[in-house]
Amino acid sequence: MSDKMVTIDGNEAAAHIAHLTNEVIAIYPITPASPMGEWSDEWSTCGIKNIWGTVPDVVEMQSEGGAAGAIHGALQAGSLSTSFTASQGLLLMIPNMYKIAGELTPTVLHVSARSLAAQALSIFGDHADVMACRGIGYAMLCSASVQEVADFALISQAATLEGRIPFIHFFDGFRTSHEVNKIARPNDDTVRAMIDDELVTAHRQRAMSPDHPVIRGTSQNPDVYFQGRESVNPFYERLPVIVQGWMERFAELTGRHYRLFEYVGAEEPERLILLMGSGIGAAEETVEHLAARGEAVGLVKVRLFRPFDPEIMLQAIPQTVRKIAVLDRTKEPGSDGEPLYKDVLNAFAQAFSLGERETLPRIIGGRYGLSSKEFTPAMVKGIFDELSQDSPKHPFTVGIFDDVSHSSLAWDPTFRPDAAEGVTGCVFYGLGADGTVSANKNSIKIIGEQTDNFAQGYFQYDSKKSGAVTVSHLRFGPAPIRSTYLIGDNEANFVACHQPIFLDRYDMLDKATQSGVFLLNSPKPPAQVWQTLPRRMQQQIIDKDLTFYVIDAYRIADETGMGRRINTIMQTCFFAIAGIIDQEKAIELIKQAVKKTYGRKGKRLLERNFQAIDAALAGLHQVEIPSAADSTFERKPPVPDFAPKFVQQVTAPIIAGRGDEIPVSLMPADGTWPLGTAAFEKRNIALQLPKWEDDICTHCGKCPLVCPHGAIRSKVFTEGELAAAPDSFLSANVKGGGFEKGLKISYQVAPDDCTGCGLCVDICPIRDKQNPKRKALNMTGDQAYHEQERANWDFFLDLPEYDRSKLKKTTLKGAMIMQPLFEFSGACVGCGETPYVKLATQLFGDRMLVANATGCSSIYGGNLPTTPYTTNPEGRGPAWSNSLFEDNAEFGLGMRIAIDKQADHARELLQTLRNEIGCELADALLEADQHDEAVVFEQRDRVKTLKEKLQKIDTTEARCLESIAETLVKKSVRLIGGDGWAYDIGYGGLDHVLSTGRNVNILLLDTEVYSNTGGQTSKATPLGAVAKFSAGGKATNKKDLALMAMAYENVYVAQVAYGAKDIQTLRTFLEAESYDGPSLIIAYSPCIAHGVDLSNNHRQQDLAVASGHWPLFRYDPRKTKKGENPLKMDSKAPSIPYRDFASTETRFSVLQRIDPAASERFLRTAQQQVKSRFTLYQQLASLAVANAEEKPGK
Amino acid sequence: MDLTTHYLGMQLKNPLVPSASPLSRSIDDARRMEDAGASALIMHSLFEEAVTAEEENMVRFLHHQDTGFGEAGSFLPDHYDFSNSQDIYLENLQQLKSALEIPVIASLNGVTPGGWVEHAKEMQRAGADALELNVYYVAADIETNGQAVEKRYLDLLGELDQHIDIPINMKLSPAFSSLANMVKQLEAAGARGVSLFNRFYQPDINIDNLRLVSSLHTSTSAETLLAMRWIAILHGRTSLSLGATGGVHTAEDVIKLLLAGADVVHFCSLLLEQGASAIGGMLQGLEAWMDEKGFESIEDVRGRLSQISVADPSEFERANYVHILDSFRSSPGILS
Repeated sequence: MSDKMVTIDGNEAAAHIAHLTNEVIAIYPITPASPMGEWSDEWSTCGIKNIWGTVPDVVEMQSEGGAAGAIHGALQAGSLSTSFTASQGLLLMIPNMYKIAGELTPTVLHVSARSLAAQALSIFGDHADVMACRGIGYAMLCSASVQEVADFALISQAATLEGRIPFIHFFDGFRTSHEVNKIARPNDDTVRAMIDDELVTAHRQRAMSPDHPVIRGTSQNPDVYFQGRESVNPFYERLPVIVQGWMERFAELTGRHYRLFEYVGAEEPERLILLMGSGIGAAEETVEHLAARGEAVGLVKVRLFRPFDPEIMLQAIPQTVRKIAVLDRTKEPGSDGEPLYKDVLNAFAQAFSLGERETLPRIIGGRYGLSSKEFTPAMVKGIFDELSQDSPKHPFTVGIFDDVSHSSLAWDPTFRPDAAEGVTGCVFYGLGADGTVSANKNSIKIIGEQTDNFAQGYFQYDSKKSGAVTVSHLRFGPAPIRSTYLIGDNEANFVACHQPIFLDRYDMLDKATQSGVFLLNSPKPPAQVWQTLPRRMQQQIIDKDLTFYVIDAYRIADETGMGRRINTIMQTCFFAIAGIIDQEKAIELIKQAVKKTYGRKGKRLLERNFQAIDAALAGLHQVEIPSAADSTFERKPPVPDFAPKFVQQVTAPIIAGRGDEIPVSLMPADGTWPLGTAAFEKRNIALQLPKWEDDICTHCGKCPLVCPHGAIRSKVFTEGELAAAPDSFLSANVKGGGFEKGLKISYQVAPDDCTGCGLCVDICPIRDKQNPKRKALNMTGDQAYHEQERANWDFFLDLPEYDRSKLKKTTLKGAMIMQPLFEFSGACVGCGETPYVKLATQLFGDRMLVANATGCSSIYGGNLPTTPYTTNPEGRGPAWSNSLFEDNAEFGLGMRIAIDKQADHARELLQTLRNEIGCELADALLEADQHDEAVVFEQRDRVKTLKEKLQKIDTTEARCLESIAETLVKKSVRLIGGDGWAYDIGYGGLDHVLSTGRNVNILLLDTEVYSNTGGQTSKATPLGAVAKFSAGGKATNKKDLALMAMAYENVYVAQVAYGAKDIQTLRTFLEAESYDGPSLIIAYSPCIAHGVDLSNNHRQQDLAVASGHWPLFRYDPRKTKKGENPLKMDSKAPSIPYRDFASTETRFSVLQRIDPAASERFLRTAQQQVKSRFTLYQQLASLAVANAEEKPGK
Repeated sequence: MDLTTHYLGMQLKNPLVPSASPLSRSIDDARRMEDAGASALIMHSLFEEAVTAEEENMVRFLHHQDTGFGEAGSFLPDHYDFSNSQDIYLENLQQLKSALEIPVIASLNGVTPGGWVEHAKEMQRAGADALELNVYYVAADIETNGQAVEKRYLDLLGELDQHIDIPINMKLSPAFSSLANMVKQLEAAGARGVSLFNRFYQPDINIDNLRLVSSLHTSTSAETLLAMRWIAILHGRTSLSLGATGGVHTAEDVIKLLLAGADVVHFCSLLLEQGASAIGGMLQGLEAWMDEKGFESIEDVRGRLSQISVADPSEFERANYVHILDSFRSSPGILS
């Protein structure tokens, strides 16, 4: 039986083999490896069996370290076991991997290789992670393409069983893990034939069993440990032959033949490139192109990197080679060369020194492709050109402009290999939410599986979660597609713009080839659409002789009941124009695909899609191209002219999609970046904006609180400050007490930063008595209003900030006058987390250090190009850093200890210098009780005076005190992270930090799921919720972290939900900050991962609280000392059935469809649990305090 | 003692028929109800708006999860093949039919004619013994008069009656200007029975955050009085089966409703609160009372205190009203 041709990505290819050939799969989410675990979990949930006819047991662990431990145990107990990981996750597995290798245990770990967090985190692909594993003793087999992933996953599984050496099977994160390609997938018979059951039995016989007991994992001493380490050598020596043997066997079964080191190129090459990973695709195309033109060039593909067999490698290199460039997709700072380079160099040197060779070729080493940096045929040619030089550069880099170390090679970007001939390249610009990527994946499947064509898709994603832009790169052609790089300038036969707003943002037609096609979705009719294009774009259409089509996809979607879903419509247009498949056939295939998706799930949806498909063809129009460009406008610059130089030079090109052009010299060497940059990135993504009705607003402050993006603000000012206000600027006399008479207040929207989520309008409690439909805030799509508000916003920003010391911070109205130092993040539209972060910055941002666990909050907080954290007019603001995912509690504690230590020392020095400084000042500094913000400000003034005085004192102590004097002002250390961190991977650290009693403020943004990596189950996920890794509904309860923290008795603990009870949230933040010890605020954060439209964010919080899912309470240890019960319930007993909450969220309701019986069971149990938990809390809250002092008179 | 009763043309072993509740989702629970003495079972409702909303949710949150963010291509696992809620309902219906001996009545809940006929036909095909139609409609449009509201019910019923053969029971709200006349019209349009009354979720106001919330409080025995009055009025004046629903918690409630003229008595909150065994308790209570009072059959009990049977029929009309108003008069000592 021949292999089935399938169109899948690298992760699915690996997971397929892993699931077929294992019994126990321990998983943990990490980008870009998460989909492998997700596939495994889904397949097991659906009852898909492995080759032995049993469904693998998939278990999610609390961290990759946990997964590695579980695998180790499973292997020791005789199961075949695997896992999937990347990057930091792989590093966390290392200790166990040493054990697994040391005990000669067969297993394969599939790794989507990814950069390690160094100066910054990066989710993209390179080999830094796997290179950190070189010393472990795992074999390392590298796949360069999706086809190889499927094949090598199997070959490594076969070889590990025979060789007993565990394998890392790795492939490039994103480029291979996420590339969709048409491949021949090894069929089950092949898999069966590659797995030797005798070897499996042998593995089982080595397992631990009380029936034939042994001990393993002993402790060895100086006398024998060394010998023990050397005892494994024969296993490593024979492994390359074993792997090659299985490659031969695989070739017999499938016809696909691989070698450990494989040469391709000219017959007698002189110049050679040697590399591993996806870069091979680009290199091979280039070598074929150049060799066909008589150039003596070649390529050695490295497959088995460990054990590294120098003899086999040398045999693979033709004798004629005189110059070699070894490419490493990693960086080892301080080393004299990267790993593969040194291995190759060593192999040659050793052969030479042993007299096995008479000559040595010139060998240079270079770095390329870090963090998925593009690696193109042009760059490969650049390397060959360099090798033609008498003294080629070493070490070198390629793909960047290094104007610091001058390591980079030049390349000619116009170079195209022959492989590009006959391939149709298509580029699509879409919004994340408009379904462009799904539609394109579907198109690739249609072309790949329904025609003889080969197909490839690769998708560029955004660093933003709201208004995210995707660029899809699709290639189709008669031969397998190995082009492992993006479709470049002048290479796309078809360019589609699915959103008219992109015309103003991206130079999309740079990609278009001569005589290509441009498809635009625009509400403008064909006769008027030309005028909407910037002049440069018009000129490109004329110069490149492009055919231009337009369709009003949103109108068609609306008319056919598809809402704003345009993906099927645009897909239909693509097939209608691109001519890859006959139009009628294509329509039929699209309809088939739609039917497959909706067949059993919704007849009406099916019909609407069919209507939309038919209407798309009728609505598609070719635009007549005028002979000359006549637009009077060009694309706007990415940042305004007044932005600081750094923002102009570095941030702006990144925003414009030209970050690749930034030279090394402009990059901060230590990963330090300025704050306040999000304000320069005007994304203008809102279709509607809130409009303030100054006549009825009561100034309650709810709208600035709930705005996830800090895009609606309030300020209080004097009438005199309105002198220069634009005519349309609105203000009103401040209502209510707490402010001096005559002051004005304004609520102002930032029109280009608002996302249009409407939550401010939703929360607004005020209605016009005459017209109840009119609230004090209403959404409007009026473009004139949008224009007008730009000037109003600028004026608003220029108004001075109101004196904080005069504000009543315990009221929303007062607190919301404070400037947010967190604004315009790239979080999802309607995000339930960001209002909490923003609130913290309003209250304490000027004195706050943030340790932020990796996750959503670190991504919208610190993902380039911009950061939402900003400064106040004095230049103060949150100092923010992200260390890792797992260590955040410890990271934050370290900050606390450091500040406390420096403050202690500063106080010691104050005592020492008391007389020189002046006793009054010294005592005031030492005795300041900074629980009140006013005292903090006074202390700041004192420190300023202190510093002035210190300048006049010429002693070592004075210099020392000067450097740490600022620590005398109270600092708030805030540990921010999600439930994945706090409940799972970082729980040990969190627990420890709570136990120390140190004054850290933990803000736990609980979305009840790993949001950032795509919705995997955490221990915060509620019973019965469907999430990734709990495809059949989570079978266990949510961990009660609050109760666990209360058990320490010295931790301030609270649960809040600002959408249900905002004032409780505000007061909790203030109380937690004032508590001189650890505080833990667990903040309910509705998330798109719940499967609920976030325009219902507040309703969901209400329901969660009312149903008892999320009780509100505060536990304040200070109360115990006063003889009061420390726990206070802030929400009432559950007042609605749990079912009424659960049924509104897809995470729960989808189970009703998948498994109604289980869903019902979970709902009933959950109902009981919320009742009993509330009762428990209520009882705890009403207990008498044991050590309460008796009141006088009793 | 003969507890049998006639309902929608079927002979039932007693008048205790659990009304639409989540309990019918579970075959085990349904069996327990049958074992405890239920004489028929009304399934939980297939909600038209739920079917539509679910479809939209599936599209939005399962099929089109694209975010455009590199780390999260989706958030919820997408099960490629699962049934829609109608399929699940029909499967549930078939399972109940094969597991139970008592009749199973399917329940449809919606407001538009749209897909109803299709749903109803499928239910008949799946073996439903009868169909209960719950028109979940709050006539909030100030431009719509009472006749138009009534027409909506009658049109729906008429449409369905043309396409299915099994008996149709109409579950009504008390909000009709002339309920008795409405029942008469339904009878003419093809209904075989009416159930009085359905309960709506009521909007409530959360005074903490000044927002509206939806709430449904479980019923209490006091609510049975409303149904009791209308059943008493209708008994003997219509050929339709009369089902009493809403607030039934005790054998005493059941007895009162039978005396007023109900053919069957429905209950739901009780089952959710106490489980299936509560049916046995009610049945015992009913039998004990009949024994004590010397009634030998339900036939003897039914309608004994209906409007046409009591000495002063006006007690079911104005008398109560006046009496109650009177009791809320201010004390004479208060200046008013």
